[in-house]
Amino acid sequence: MITEKKQRQGAKTSPKSRAKDEKPQSGNGRVAIITGNEAAAHAARLCRVQVVAAYPITPQSAVVENLSKFVESGELKAEFVTVESEHSALAVCIAASTVGARVFTATSANGLAYMCEQIHWAAGARLPIVMCCVNRAMAAPWNVLNDQQDSMSQRDAGWIQIHCRNNQEIFDTVVQAFKIAERVHVPVMVCYDGFLLSHTVMPVCLPRQEDVDRFLPPYTPHTLLDPADPRNLNQVTLADPRVNSEGVLCHGYMELRYLHQEALVGAREAIVAVDREFDQCFGRRWGGMVWGYRDEDADVCLVAAGSLTMEASTAVDMLRAEGIAAGVVGVRAYRPFPVEELIAALKKARLAVVFDKSLSYGYEGPICADLKAALFQSEAAPAVFGCIAGLGGRDVKARQLADAVRNALKQYDNGQRTAPPAWIDCRI
Amino acid sequence: MGTRDCKHESAMATPCSGEAGITGDWRSARPVVDQSKCLAVKAGRPACFQCWAFCPEGVIKKEVGSEVDLTYCKGCGICVEVCPADAITMVPETEESA
Repeated sequence: MITEKKQRQGAKTSPKSRAKDEKPQSGNGRVAIITGNEAAAHAARLCRVQVVAAYPITPQSAVVENLSKFVESGELKAEFVTVESEHSALAVCIAASTVGARVFTATSANGLAYMCEQIHWAAGARLPIVMCCVNRAMAAPWNVLNDQQDSMSQRDAGWIQIHCRNNQEIFDTVVQAFKIAERVHVPVMVCYDGFLLSHTVMPVCLPRQEDVDRFLPPYTPHTLLDPADPRNLNQVTLADPRVNSEGVLCHGYMELRYLHQEALVGAREAIVAVDREFDQCFGRRWGGMVWGYRDEDADVCLVAAGSLTMEASTAVDMLRAEGIAAGVVGVRAYRPFPVEELIAALKKARLAVVFDKSLSYGYEGPICADLKAALFQSEAAPAVFGCIAGLGGRDVKARQLADAVRNALKQYDNGQRTAPPAWIDCRI
Repeated sequence: MGTRDCKHESAMATPCSGEAGITGDWRSARPVVDQSKCLAVKAGRPACFQCWAFCPEGVIKKEVGSEVDLTYCKGCGICVEVCPADAITMVPETEESA
C-alpha cells in the first residue's frame, strides 16, 4: 500500500505550474495544436485500440469522427463498428473486450444515460474498457453545453472516473486509463468538459508510437473464451455461493460485488503508480488521485474537478493578491474517491469551498457531499461550503469563484461550519 | 470456508445441467404426467413431444414415457398448457411432497 504521505507527495510534485503557464514539451514526440476531442482520438490510436464502437453525440462527435478517419486511412488497424445507439456501442465494446480486444468508446450526456444498463454490465464483468465521457448537461430541457451531471449520475456503476483539466491531460489520461483498467480489471471513464475542452484547441504533445508501446504493452485478457473449453460468462449468479460442476466453491453475487469494491479501492494505488510510470516514460504527471495549486500553506481551499479548476486557480491568484491564503485542491479521480488524499490536503485549511457542476437533487453537489463524508474521519476537518456552478453551460468566471469564497469566509467568520449550496450566477 | 479460492473475478460457469443451482426448489407446483394418456405412450413409438419442444428448461427428455426432471423443473406449467392429450396436471407442492 502506498502511504498517505507518499500519495500526498505525489500530489505535491504534481505539475502545479501546469495549472498556469507551462507549455507542453515535445520530448521525442511532436506538439500538435488540437482540441480535447482530437487529443482523445489520438490517444486511442496510439494505444492501438482494436475495436471502436461509438455513436456520435454533441460534444463528443469529433472523437468518433477522428477515429473513423484513422481507421479508414489505415493509420489505425481496428474494427470500427457503426451502431444504431449508445447502448449497442457499449454492448459491442463489452463483447470485444470479452474476447480479448483493447476497446474504446466515447459519449456524452443522454448517450451515456442510454448506455446505462451496459455501463453496469461492463463494470460487473470486470472488463478494462476505456470510455471518454465528454461532460454535458442532461435533458430535459434539451441542452448540449457543459456540466458534469452525466458522469456524476453514473458514479455508483463501478467504473473508475478520472477528470481532466486540459487537453494534454485528456491525452495522457486516456493512455494511462488503459494501463489502469488492464491492471485492476475495472473500466475507466475519462471525463472532460464539453466545449470548454472538447472544442478548444491547445498545444498537446503527441508521443511517438514506440514510446507509447513501451509504456502500454498489449492487453492480456483475464478471461479467455475458448470454444474447446466453453464457459458461461456472467450467468445467473444467485444469492449464495455454490459448488460448481468442478467441485469449486464459487462466489455468489455478494462475493463478486465485494471483489469489485476491493478492485475499486485498490485502484487508488494503480492510479498513482501508473501516473508515476507515465512520468518516467513521458516526463509528465498529473497528481494521481488529487493535485494542488498554491495549496501547501493554504488557509482556504477551492475544491473542484475538471476544467473549472483552471478558473479556480485564477481565483486563487486574485484572492492571494488580497492577502487571503487560498489554494486549489483538484479532484482528479472521483471514483475511487480520494478520501485519504483529501483529508491530508485539507489538514491545514480552515475552510474548503467546493464547486460542483452537478447536483444530487434534494441534497447538494456530489463532490461536496462526498468530501464532507470523507472529512468525518479527519481530526482536522475544515468547514465545508458547497457551491453549484456552470449548470447547462452557464459561464463561470474566476471572479465569481473568488466572490463565492469571500461569501463563504463571511459565513465562516459568523461561526457557520457549512450551509446549503450557494448557486453561482443563478439569476432567479 | 469462504470463496477466496475461487479465482474468477467475474461470474463464470461450465455449461452443464444445474449450473444456475438447484432450480427445482423454486417450484410451487409440480407437473405430474399420466402416462396412460400420453400420445407417445399410447402409440408405442416416438410421437407428439410437444412437452419436450416447449419446455423452457430442457428438463423433459425426448423419450417415449418421459418423466419431468424435478431437480431442475421450475414448475412453470407450460407443458400442461401445450399437451394436446391433457396428460399433464400441476399438483401443488406441499411440505410433505418437497
